[in-house]
Amino acid sequence: MSPEERDKELEAELQFHLDEEAERRREQGAPDADARKAAQRSLGNLLQIKEATRVQWTWHPLDQWKLDIAHGWRQLAKNKVASCAAILSLALGIGAVMSAFRLVDALLWRPLPIVEPDRFYAITREGVGPSGQFRISESSSYPLFREMREAVAGRAEFLAVSYAEHADLTYQTDAEMEKAYRQYVSSRLFASFGLRAAAGRLLTDSDDRQPGAAPYAVLSNQYWRTRFGADPAVVGRRFRIAQTEWEVIGVLEGPFTGTEPGTMTDIFVPMSMASPNSLENANSFWLRTFLRPAAGASVPALYEQLNAIYIHHERERARHFLDFPKELLANFPTDQLRVHPAAAGASTLQSDHRTALLALGALAGLVLLAACVNAGNLMLARALSRSREMALRISIGASRTRLIRLVLLESVWIATIAALLGGVIAWQAAPAVAAQINPASDPARLYLPADWRLFAFGAALTAAITGIFGLLPALRASGIQPSGALKGGDESHRRGHILHAMIAAQAAFCAVVLLAGALLGASHKKLASQPTGFRPDRLLAVEAVAKSPQPPVYWSQLAERIRTMPGVRSVEISEWPLLSGEMSNRFVAFDGGPPVRTLTYFYRVSPGWRDSMGIALLRGQDLQVSDTFPHTALVNEAFVRTYLAGREPLDLRFTIGGKDGQRIPIRIAGITADARYNNMREPVPPIVYAPFLGVDQAGLEQPMRRATLNVRLAQEEDGGLAAGLRREVSRFRADFRVTNIRTQQELISMHTLRERLLAILSLFFSLTSMLLAAVGLYGVLDYSVLQRRREIGIRLALGAPALRVTRGVAGRTLAMTACGAAAGTATGWAGYRYLGSLLYGVRLGDWMYLSLPAAVLLLLAVAAAIGPVLRAVRLDPLQTLRAE
Amino acid sequence: MPKLELLQGTLDLLILRTLLWGPAHGHAIALHIQQTSDDVLHVETGSLYPALHRLERQKWVAAEWGRSGKGKRARFYSLTVEGRRQFAHEQTRWEQLSAAIGRVLRPVEGRS
Repeated sequence: MSPEERDKELEAELQFHLDEEAERRREQGAPDADARKAAQRSLGNLLQIKEATRVQWTWHPLDQWKLDIAHGWRQLAKNKVASCAAILSLALGIGAVMSAFRLVDALLWRPLPIVEPDRFYAITREGVGPSGQFRISESSSYPLFREMREAVAGRAEFLAVSYAEHADLTYQTDAEMEKAYRQYVSSRLFASFGLRAAAGRLLTDSDDRQPGAAPYAVLSNQYWRTRFGADPAVVGRRFRIAQTEWEVIGVLEGPFTGTEPGTMTDIFVPMSMASPNSLENANSFWLRTFLRPAAGASVPALYEQLNAIYIHHERERARHFLDFPKELLANFPTDQLRVHPAAAGASTLQSDHRTALLALGALAGLVLLAACVNAGNLMLARALSRSREMALRISIGASRTRLIRLVLLESVWIATIAALLGGVIAWQAAPAVAAQINPASDPARLYLPADWRLFAFGAALTAAITGIFGLLPALRASGIQPSGALKGGDESHRRGHILHAMIAAQAAFCAVVLLAGALLGASHKKLASQPTGFRPDRLLAVEAVAKSPQPPVYWSQLAERIRTMPGVRSVEISEWPLLSGEMSNRFVAFDGGPPVRTLTYFYRVSPGWRDSMGIALLRGQDLQVSDTFPHTALVNEAFVRTYLAGREPLDLRFTIGGKDGQRIPIRIAGITADARYNNMREPVPPIVYAPFLGVDQAGLEQPMRRATLNVRLAQEEDGGLAAGLRREVSRFRADFRVTNIRTQQELISMHTLRERLLAILSLFFSLTSMLLAAVGLYGVLDYSVLQRRREIGIRLALGAPALRVTRGVAGRTLAMTACGAAAGTATGWAGYRYLGSLLYGVRLGDWMYLSLPAAVLLLLAVAAAIGPVLRAVRLDPLQTLRAE
Repeated sequence: MPKLELLQGTLDLLILRTLLWGPAHGHAIALHIQQTSDDVLHVETGSLYPALHRLERQKWVAAEWGRSGKGKRARFYSLTVEGRRQFAHEQTRWEQLSAAIGRVLRPVEGRS
């Protein structure tokens, strides 16, 4: 029988009793109205009888749950404002934690959608580079890959993928160019991963047998659906990337989009189709390599074998190095080979953002904990206001577990509603944050499904926070001594202790968040305000390629032609856009000596480039139109500082290694100021600015396949101009084409994106936790005034100075806040080293950062105290005492 | 004669005793106790129904809906087998108790 039915029956039973009693009195001669009234009087308080009877019922456990859940809801609805405040603050915290989980899971934890992801290992190299800093190299050359693959054949599969390239391709004519992510993969990959085709066929071993013989492409299922609306007729279609025509031979089934979280490959092509130079060049590092041991094969044993191959291969390779310092050659290779489990794949995004995302997750967790304190506070207040009800329940025989359940269910309601709201927040926030990870032109593409992993995490999180904020109040409420509570006993003192402990905990959580927020914010500010050394405003970097290498004179003509376009102020040529991450380095030598151990960076530019970039010429002469590489060059201040301290640099000659082992001298024509080269973090390295115009030993001009046109505009706006530039380049000569146009500002901001994201989110978390702390502090202070209004009233009536009363009200709370802030700062100190790699130019040792959390929290506490304290000193003693 | 409140624990005994006569609804049970005690024992409705539902939970009485003498729907309680056994047990205990109290109140003659 359901609770409702049972209630109805009881109602009917009592009604029958009433009727019967009235009837009896009528029969005894009482008038009808009197009889009814008398019957009602004899029955007594109907509600009380019902309640006392209900208590005797036993329930089906399920019905009991239903009743208790409904009871919890009624309690929740009783105090709407407080419930909403608790739910909203928890929802914010849960939303933040779930968003962080989605991102961290997508990037670092989620296993690849392949067969046996646990049996998948990535090969990397780790060591200290020539500049002295630790580095992890994730790439391999094809010849090295081939040797390793053969060495482990039979006991493991050895797979390689190239870096996914955002390629220009067309299914029709050049006028309809579009972009897609294309990746060279070992054709064996698909079979090894247990992937199947949704249409056509996948690549197989035979596609890798002969270089250049298999221009076949497999599309990812996602690309197939978004680009072709899942049209099966796509199999057999042809498309063109640069010179090569490809044929679509199949479509993947399932969500596999490559092994790099953060990049989703649209088009997979066989490794054998990579350029012959890439395939044969042992110095070209462009592959990620993976190991897939056969069942029962020992990974350490495989490692030993791979390592032996690696060391042998690298020693061989080093013998052909042109200008490599001898002392470095002695213990080459310095890098250690490593094998890492890669069930979740391997990507640059992973290594760049691992710490950042985990740190954000930790901050989100702290915000959630701070929200839990507020919710716990509320629940405690409510549980204690119900102490009489609890005492009554205990005296009529309710068990302790039953009472705990009753109070806990109310918390479950709050947590569940908050979790649902938090889920909505995470649904929106996670993709929004993901979009900020990389520049808009090349966004991080993360797979963020709402699946059982997210659901399970959300459920576990909800259960955990219910335990955190609901359990203590439930235990306190159910542990009441009935006799004391019914007498109106002294629970308030014990509650005071718990409240103050909670305030201290909240202050500690908040302090950690504030400290991290301050450090990350200052880091970003420092990094973003780093001078670049050149003028980036109104500068477009137009990357162009030609089908085949073209004489430098054509590139100069192209620049000349663009220069005449309206809205263009100047056009200068360089090898690639500054700060795009690309670089070229060599070892230089002086005075016939051996090459120096530090790397020198090279950048080839047209003669007017330096001036147009606004990089100052400190001494000497600028590059001339007649200057060629490798004969004349400008060097930067860092070059002079590093290599030529105390010497006259002008007209001095340094040497670089030539093809046949001889040294080629380059004359220093001038010295430029330092300007950023490929990153914003490290100090500017020694740089050589050499002429774009290169000649070989016979004096013949070297053709170039690609270049970047640095276009300075007359006005800020470039909306229409970009398309015009693309057209103009193609019109210049049919085989010239623009591959990418970016503003220099975008290229610069790319280097601060991670720090910016961290700064924005940690600021958001700081503000949220400050708000939560303010609400918590206010609640506690308000409560303590309410509790002690009698005492305060008496003291004021006896003439105590308002100041002393104030101290009594707020003193302890302020002290607990200070304690919490100190504990939080200490925790932050301990956790500081985990943030280390994310920080730039800030040190925790600064007093400014260390004292900030305490200062902010105490200010908050004082602000929160104003209201309650004013109320305390304005108490009218007479009224208070009368109210008692 | 003034009405007496029932001693704690005795209400169950009286209800079980009343039901020995056969099934009855709450009102009839209260009335029967009142009348057989010559209006000395007054059963509070506020105790009667919780007691009836408690006995039902303990499976000493069973309840079902039926028609009263005047044809109205009423909830009738009847003794279960277990209830009968319980009644015997309670009755023995009550007799021992009242005998003991009686001995205390009226000391054995000839000792004074």
